[in-house]
Amino acid sequence: MEKTFCQHLENYYKGAYMKIAFTSTGPGWDAKIDPRFGRTEFILIYDEEKDELTSIDNRNIVNIAHGAGPKTAQIIFDQAPQVLITGNGPGGNAAGILARMNLKIFIGAAGMPINEAYEDFKNNKLQQGGKDA
Amino acid sequence: MKVAIASGKGGTGKTTLAVNLALRTAETMDVSLLDLDVEEPNSGIFIQGEQIECQNIYRKVPIWKQESCTLCGKCVNLCQFNAILKLGDTILVLPELCHSCYACSELCPSSALPMQNMVLGQLKHYRYGKLSFIESKLEIGVEMASPLIRQTLDFAKIINSKVKYQFQDCSPGASCAVITATKDADFILLVTEPTPFGLYDLNLAVETMRHLGKPMAVVVNRVGIGNDEVFSYCEAQGLPVWARFPNQREIAELYSRGELVYSVVEAFCQGIDQIISELENIRNKL
Amino acid sequence: MKEIVIISGKGGTGKTSVAAALASVAQNTVIADCDVDAADMHLILKPKIKHSDNFYSGVKAKIETRLCVSCGECERICRFNAIIHTSGTYTVNLLDCEGCGYCYNICPAGAINLVEQLVGQYFLSDTKLGSKLAHAQLGIGADNSGKLVATVKKEAKIAAFRNQIDYILVDGSPGIGCPVISSLSGADFVLLVTEPTRSGLCDLQRVWELTTKFKIPAGCIINKKDINLPISEEITQYLQKNGIYLVCSLPYDNDFSQAITTGQSLVEYNPSKWKKLFVNIWKTITKELI
Repeated sequence: MEKTFCQHLENYYKGAYMKIAFTSTGPGWDAKIDPRFGRTEFILIYDEEKDELTSIDNRNIVNIAHGAGPKTAQIIFDQAPQVLITGNGPGGNAAGILARMNLKIFIGAAGMPINEAYEDFKNNKLQQGGKDA
Repeated sequence: MKVAIASGKGGTGKTTLAVNLALRTAETMDVSLLDLDVEEPNSGIFIQGEQIECQNIYRKVPIWKQESCTLCGKCVNLCQFNAILKLGDTILVLPELCHSCYACSELCPSSALPMQNMVLGQLKHYRYGKLSFIESKLEIGVEMASPLIRQTLDFAKIINSKVKYQFQDCSPGASCAVITATKDADFILLVTEPTPFGLYDLNLAVETMRHLGKPMAVVVNRVGIGNDEVFSYCEAQGLPVWARFPNQREIAELYSRGELVYSVVEAFCQGIDQIISELENIRNKL
Repeated sequence: MKEIVIISGKGGTGKTSVAAALASVAQNTVIADCDVDAADMHLILKPKIKHSDNFYSGVKAKIETRLCVSCGECERICRFNAIIHTSGTYTVNLLDCEGCGYCYNICPAGAINLVEQLVGQYFLSDTKLGSKLAHAQLGIGADNSGKLVATVKKEAKIAAFRNQIDYILVDGSPGIGCPVISSLSGADFVLLVTEPTRSGLCDLQRVWELTTKFKIPAGCIINKKDINLPISEEITQYLQKNGIYLVCSLPYDNDFSQAITTGQSLVEYNPSKWKKLFVNIWKTITKELI
């Protein structure tokens, strides 16, 4: 994630910086992509511009009986990322909520270390999903 | 007399029994059959009646009235079912998760969540000779069965005041939908099969019905497969076994084609008549 | 670690028999029984419980009698008729209470609490096959939920991780609700088990509509195919049209019920007939389809 100051300025003026959300099994870059959406244990948000990785502990939502998907979607909404990288993609209830955001969802990254999933995304290796089949 | 036909396990022949019982009794008396397996109602496949009525069944869910809302978020905190979300400056209600408790609506400080009708499913009423057949089906995407089951029973109460029997085909298992469907029944028929699976699930169903304080009898299907444990169990529990249906491939084939069994398979017809005779004894005492 | 989930939409198609047969031949697998309303895998697998935990889900209202001022507000607002009032004493009927919290929020005396409900237990056990089984048992009137399915799967995943096991075989929930969504969530392969009846086909279509939202490779086993060949054919065409791989068609066979009666999987009961078939199915799924 290292870049020169020139690259940084270039990206900044191009508006190419994005916030990227990951469903994750743990709080750091070395954790793996959690294949689930609603009951993902952690949500990681990577701010490309600031080069900052924030971790949100989602485990209290894991604990609710019904409606985990929408509650997790609420958190994603509040964070306002442009991209979500996950395993299978959200189920019906959550997908409807995420569709209201300007969000691109990339799937098929289940089990990958977060940093690898990010690299694959940058290299256009991940499958886009989420828009209803 | 309201007779609920339930089972611990799916695929034991509950619908086959309900349909055959209903149509056999309808040969001589006014009866009704309710298909309360509202997620996947199947008994209609067997009945070629004339549709008398088709209506949408509703329940109330809150609708967001943006112009009155102050975005205080009280509703989000109140809802125990996580059915209300606040997404930026929008309040989103998720009707599938809503239990229609009215709390958010009535406690909203600015009355911004009035309750409105939402389609739960469809109720269809058919007539076939002396049989009044009511089938309810959940709308796709709606998961909660209990509200639809309750309203179907309310509808039946009005329509079926003159019938001798109201047979209720319930969903399998011992879930909350089954409890709603059997709560007000006068008698429960439990269908099982003589296998360890059948017995284990029968036991769960029996415990549930005992919890509700319901009188019950057992019908054993597909006798011939499996063993006799289920019969020993019934004896030990003081549960009468009113019929034993043989394991005949022909029965499965007739079912797969949506055809009646009692008019074709003699042994099956005898079992049906035996059950009816037992029910008549009870009904005449009521 | 790969997750294979078996679902059917409808009960009685032979899903559990198929799941148990696969469990008998599957190498290197932890089994998760998520069909909690009818948790039958244990009758075949004969688990020895190694670890058990209480499962709490949902809340119900409880009235503290000594704080209650008998104003009757709770009874007035309850939409579920769950407040019982006998000679001045108010209590909650737990069977009818849905845990909405309305009464809790408006009680002027603060006499009502929302209490988390103990609705069942979940377990991790060793089976006679040598593999581990994660399963659960619900109390009366308690419903399966996405949460319980997720809990059972998590137990299975932890066991797989600890013992470096590569596969989780999930006996999924029937129907099309939250428990099924939770069963499918995180799966690497879905195996649908169906039967050639009108209701079987109808339920297959409904459960496929749900499954297709997750982009997971899927296969199907048509059980009892010869009880209705025309519908079997209809199903085959439906599978083709929807990109679902037809894993195999099985004839109606008394072995299915006979095996269960003796507390065995099909493979244990009649290995010469079933072992090779299920070994091939397992190979196909794990090597080619996933």
